[in-house]
Amino acid sequence: MTIVRTSGTASVTDKGILTDGPGGGRREFLTFTVGRQTFGLPLGAVDDVLDERPLTPVPLAPAEVAGSINLRGRIITAIDVRRCLGMPKAAPNAAHMSIVTEHDGELFSLVVDAVGEVIAVSEGFHEDNPVTLDEHWRGFSAGIYRLESDLMVVLEVGPLLDGIEAAAGN
Amino acid sequence: MDDLLQEFLAEASESLGLLDGELVRLEDTPDDSEILGNIFRVFHTIKGTCGFLNLPRLEKVAHAGEDLLSTFRDNAGLVTPEAVSLILRCVDAIRALIGALEVSGAEPEADHAALIADLKAAVAAGEARSRSGNTEPASEPDAGGAPAPADAQPEVGPSKVAAGAASTAPDPAKADREAAGEATPGHEGATSSMTIRVNVEVLESLITLVSELVLTRNQLLQLARNKDNGPAADGFQRLSRITTELQEGVMKTRMQPVGTAWAKLPRIVRDLSVETGKKIELKMNGGEAELDRQILEMIRDPLTHMVRNSADHGIEPREVRRAAGKPETGTITLNAFHEGGHIIIEIADDGRGLDIARIRDKIVERGLATAAELDRLTEQQIRDFIFRAGFSTAETVTSVSGRGVGMDVVRSNVEKIGGVIELTSEPGKGTTFTVKIPLTLAIVSALIVGCAGQRFAIPQICVRELVHVAGGGAHRVQMVNNAPVLSLRNRLLPLVSLRDLLKLEAAEAAGFAGGADKGGRDFYVVVAQIGSRLLGLIVDRVFDTEEIVVKPVGRMLRKIPFFSGTTILGDGSVIMILDPNGIAATAGPAQVNRSEQTPALAQGEDRRTSLIVFRAGDRSRKAVPMTLVERIENVDVSAVETVNGGEVVQYRSHMMPLVSVSPGFSRRGEGNQPVLVFADGKRTVGLMVDEIVDIVDAPLSVELKGGGCGTLGSAIIDGKATDLIDVGHYLTRGFADWFGGEAGGADDGADKSQEKTRLLLVDDSAFFLRLMSPRLTISGFEVIEALGGEEAMALHDRGIDVDVIVSDIEMPGMNGFAFAEAVHNGGRWSEVPMIALSSRLTDQNRERGRSAGFTSFVPKARGDELCGVLRQVLQQNGRAA
Repeated sequence: MTIVRTSGTASVTDKGILTDGPGGGRREFLTFTVGRQTFGLPLGAVDDVLDERPLTPVPLAPAEVAGSINLRGRIITAIDVRRCLGMPKAAPNAAHMSIVTEHDGELFSLVVDAVGEVIAVSEGFHEDNPVTLDEHWRGFSAGIYRLESDLMVVLEVGPLLDGIEAAAGN
Repeated sequence: MDDLLQEFLAEASESLGLLDGELVRLEDTPDDSEILGNIFRVFHTIKGTCGFLNLPRLEKVAHAGEDLLSTFRDNAGLVTPEAVSLILRCVDAIRALIGALEVSGAEPEADHAALIADLKAAVAAGEARSRSGNTEPASEPDAGGAPAPADAQPEVGPSKVAAGAASTAPDPAKADREAAGEATPGHEGATSSMTIRVNVEVLESLITLVSELVLTRNQLLQLARNKDNGPAADGFQRLSRITTELQEGVMKTRMQPVGTAWAKLPRIVRDLSVETGKKIELKMNGGEAELDRQILEMIRDPLTHMVRNSADHGIEPREVRRAAGKPETGTITLNAFHEGGHIIIEIADDGRGLDIARIRDKIVERGLATAAELDRLTEQQIRDFIFRAGFSTAETVTSVSGRGVGMDVVRSNVEKIGGVIELTSEPGKGTTFTVKIPLTLAIVSALIVGCAGQRFAIPQICVRELVHVAGGGAHRVQMVNNAPVLSLRNRLLPLVSLRDLLKLEAAEAAGFAGGADKGGRDFYVVVAQIGSRLLGLIVDRVFDTEEIVVKPVGRMLRKIPFFSGTTILGDGSVIMILDPNGIAATAGPAQVNRSEQTPALAQGEDRRTSLIVFRAGDRSRKAVPMTLVERIENVDVSAVETVNGGEVVQYRSHMMPLVSVSPGFSRRGEGNQPVLVFADGKRTVGLMVDEIVDIVDAPLSVELKGGGCGTLGSAIIDGKATDLIDVGHYLTRGFADWFGGEAGGADDGADKSQEKTRLLLVDDSAFFLRLMSPRLTISGFEVIEALGGEEAMALHDRGIDVDVIVSDIEMPGMNGFAFAEAVHNGGRWSEVPMIALSSRLTDQNRERGRSAGFTSFVPKARGDELCGVLRQVLQQNGRAA
């Protein structure tokens, strides 16, 4: 487990920026980066965070599937999030981490460049997807949060994974 | 619920489970006092205990049943189908009461007055009959349309059903589950004395745990192999062995004999025969074959439905059977057996078979296909329509099988568990359904192989042998039409390269397309058995065998047809489990497609044709179109015999004549002799050659020369002059040598005494005419050739009669359509059936051809199907081929 900070409130008050946002409740996210973009995954959707581990490629699998991994005796499908986002391939030996999430009763491991921290942000900082956002991204983005120095795209795992499965069916 | 009641319920449902079978047996052997005794005892016990437990309703029902049974004891003649039906009704009522008791612990409000009255009436009638000394059945059997026991199944050993029932009669524990399951639909009753009911979830979690244990053990094994671990070794050995035993034991808890799914069938068939007035015997074999219980649950209903179907639609009424010269008693046979990791269940009846005409009508009526579409299908394809949704052949919906469940539901249920269902049917002879289902054991032994740096598991059950292919070794990979094959003990084994199949990227990614043996690289061929076929899988390395726990593949990967699951190896790595069935299914059609794409012979001279280039006799290159060669064989020369001055060899249990290209050819003295096998129907001829030079795809531009000498002409292939040999010549020669010079004399289909069927073959390519005409001659036709439509019409105008016409479509001048229209435009040939033989059979072409008057269509690449189609067409036109 490599969650940098496990308590959202601590990190938030440390930063001291979001406590007095424009009102509304708070939501907790695990942040991660892919390329230069920061994403947030609702904390409730996170099962585990993994370091690099051996990945078995699966021949003929959809391109978005990075392979299979052994998670304590369970075999789970690893998803190449870079690929899903339409980003270029990572360098062969580039560091990566994985976030384990459950979708429709099956575990998936999302391979990302780096996992950040758990943050709690006020609903007030939430914005809808900008109209200019790429059509493809809009499919799995549940809006954007304005962070101190960054914009965080909220990742919706369901549509992302369903999209791969639907594509695999063709 | 009180313990005493619970115990009683357990016992009662256990014995009730056996009653159906026993009653059916009793009906067959009314004077078997032992069977009657068993049945009687069950009723008696239930009645007695009810009094004690204060269950008055149940007591009354059981009592009434017991009374009727006791009249049977005094007079076996009273065991009529009606009486047995009454007892069965009584059993059902008792079962329902017990089911309700299990759920609520109290007797339900139910009215059994009618049943009890019926039972009492039967007792009174029986007693009256017995008193009058009449031992004949109380009622006329025909009244109910059912056979009287006396003549019930005289020609059939009465113990057949009984034996079947006995062999599949489940052991008490299973019967118990069975009965309880029926008595309390949707409710897990807690009824058992011999067995403990275990929640399926508990069982599944145990299996998962054992699976993990096996994995951990394997991991340790791996470690132990690398170390000399001294004193720990003994303990480890034991742990390992116990783990294996535990695993086997736990797996067994999921297995049940397939017979448990059959237990109800004798009763169902019996009821059906009473209801329909048919005589039906049910034979059941192999009920002890075991299956995973989940799978068993899934096939129970489909099986029942198929048996119902057979009894209702398949087996004819007695009069019809008698009129058809069949025994009055129809037989439904259930067979179960294991075959290569699968269980096969056959449901066969000797009834009327499927009525193609009626199926066709139904298909059209239901709008599933148009009549024109159906014309293009084989009979088998039409029969398969009964598996389509929205299809039912029963003309009247009977109470028996008209339940809104069709064969489509049966098929989808079978397919849900990874099974396959097929049917064969012969008019007047019967119908057989074959269901093939996997055993899906969660733990299997698997062979671990490596390819392009990745590892894969192959279920050991499919692996027949491993062949090591080294550069200069005994085994060599050869190419047939770009498809690699391996000669293995005189058989050609089709090969599939795992690397190519799975598109495994690696430095050697070029794969085997250019000829696997050229690189001189070492590799292994895993010979896998798929059904009755063998398939060789080319892999780089072979590791160990390991016990693996089959886990389902992730949702996103399920569409890949080559994997049946995934697993974790002893070292913790994840690997995919290959599915040889999926590989064969996918690899097979791919090759077929490839050969279909192969341009048809001489259809436009710029087309490419696959040719086998070889040498024989002299040094000249010779070639023969791939499509005409059945196989390339290596014949052991010591097996060659000389008969009548010619050489023959045993080939697939037939004698195959061996012929040589030229007199200058000399057969090898020892070792293997390469032989090109040409086949036509059952007959084969082997052409001995010195060596196979190559297989090439070349544009074929033939300079024809006078035929007859075995050569069609010569062509430039790969820049070299090559003789094209005339297969027909050798086929004829092979048989002329062996059958007294009478070409086609051995044809089992051709009747020598009859006049031969005269066939007009129309094509604009002289090469093609010369290619096809000998084959057709050998098949017993008198062939008249016409080079194009105009020439054919000239024959027509000259007053020549023909029986059937086979014509190309694309021809310069008068094309096939115009020719067909001309033929059907009145005149002597207007009734002659026409078959189109074309390399471009698009739907449009077919449609146009049909309206022009062609009856059938055969793609040129599938010229081998022509004879079959001809036979069919001629049969429909009332002529024998």
